Amino acid sequence: MTLLEEESLKLTEVQRLEGHTDRVWGLAWNPATGADGVPAILASCSGDKTVRIWQQRSPSSTSFDCKAVLEDTHTRTIRSCAWSPSGKQLATASFDATTAIWEQNGSDFECVSTLEGHENEVKSVSWNASGSLLATCSRDKCVWIWEVLPGNEFDCVSVLQGHTQDVKMVQWHPTADVLFSCSYDNTIKVWADDGDSDDWHCVQTLGESNSGHSSTVWALSFNSTGDKMVTCSDDLTIKVWDVDIIKLQSGDGNASWRHVCTMSGYHDRTIFSVHWSREGIIATGAADDAIRLFAESQDHSVDGPLYKLLLKKEKAHDMDINSVQWSSTENKLLASASDDGTIKIWKLESF
Amino acid sequence: MAPALINANPVVYEKKERPARSRPGDAFSHHIRDIKDPEHPYSLEELKVITEDAIEVDDKRSYVRVTFTPTVEHCSMATVIGLCLRVKLMRSLPSRFKVDIKVAPGTHATEDAVNKQLNDKERVAAALENPNLVDMVDECLTPSYE
Repeated sequence: MTLLEEESLKLTEVQRLEGHTDRVWGLAWNPATGADGVPAILASCSGDKTVRIWQQRSPSSTSFDCKAVLEDTHTRTIRSCAWSPSGKQLATASFDATTAIWEQNGSDFECVSTLEGHENEVKSVSWNASGSLLATCSRDKCVWIWEVLPGNEFDCVSVLQGHTQDVKMVQWHPTADVLFSCSYDNTIKVWADDGDSDDWHCVQTLGESNSGHSSTVWALSFNSTGDKMVTCSDDLTIKVWDVDIIKLQSGDGNASWRHVCTMSGYHDRTIFSVHWSREGIIATGAADDAIRLFAESQDHSVDGPLYKLLLKKEKAHDMDINSVQWSSTENKLLASASDDGTIKIWKLESF
Repeated sequence: MAPALINANPVVYEKKERPARSRPGDAFSHHIRDIKDPEHPYSLEELKVITEDAIEVDDKRSYVRVTFTPTVEHCSMATVIGLCLRVKLMRSLPSRFKVDIKVAPGTHATEDAVNKQLNDKERVAAALENPNLVDMVDECLTPSYE
């Protein structure tokens, strides 16, 4: 993180990806690509009910081509997508109340499984670190946990109720089997099981009374070590939380998350997306069409770490930005998705 | 039996004379006032749901704020009216505009909840994929295009 101090940073647009015919909601970099000579692959999903797969021309190139269009499966908006840790499967969450699982077969992608159960719009989907569990969430206020079985079978192992309004996003912790959900009810909930049972329950609720958000929490992301989490909200703030990671990884349900700091006054409209890079740079995408980058400051106060704004890219898109995602391996590539129907690839350069 | 109306006997006001379109935003304002109420054969202007100063347009900042007044405090149609306003603005404004839609302070029993829902674009997007709601919105918007 120190490398960023006192350096001048520039976020340069390297490509604009066009093809979707409606707003682009979500993005996911394939974690098995982008290193060891394998060109990076990015999936994008849209209000046009399709997913597009974009592939880097060569491992060093900043040019991407659309390699596949996944269509004729979802009947309504595809709100989010997520690659399995192996990069072999893509899960897509749709307003049509289903979650689809896709696999690449030659140059085509085919839908190999459809997960039904939610009463209405599915908004987010996430794989755990080992790829053995999948979580989905919906406007029906529930979070479902699915066990991934051989033969593309998915068994619902738990239906988690606790949120009082629609659940906007689910995200597994990067190393422990602990699940996080954030909601229109302004809270973030932490879910864990008792060890070897499938008895999942809410172990912590981060709400306004514990320095949490005062409006819809749209997204959350973890740093590379998993001891910190960042959340973004309609209340125009982002918040950083931390945990005793040793306690968390030992399976201690009492490992509680603590508010570290709140960054307010930087955003002008709803913050829809936040993503923490492996190098420690937090990117946000907001309804004010701007991308902002934050990093931990070296000037630690007695109260703990501080975060500062590294740069603000105004008018990064012509309309709201719905998603920002750092590539998993080449961490200086950032992808952004917008209501303007485009995806942009950005390179972060210091000079 | 037809379902009971939320407000069976609304007060109906005269339509205002329309001055020359001098201020920026007047054009939008005219179109918006002609939107039909979801329950009654009257325009939002005739029911004073939308008044002259309800629409603020800041062209330089690409910003529009609409403040509407439900006819009764417990109006369950408030979210439908708000949806009509949003769709109308989405269709008539250049895409650079940011739009906030709110009920006038103190005019609705669940003001905060209505405002939150109307300004959650994910909920709006989902609502606009619901054919019944889209039919209802389209019916209300028909007079606004005349």
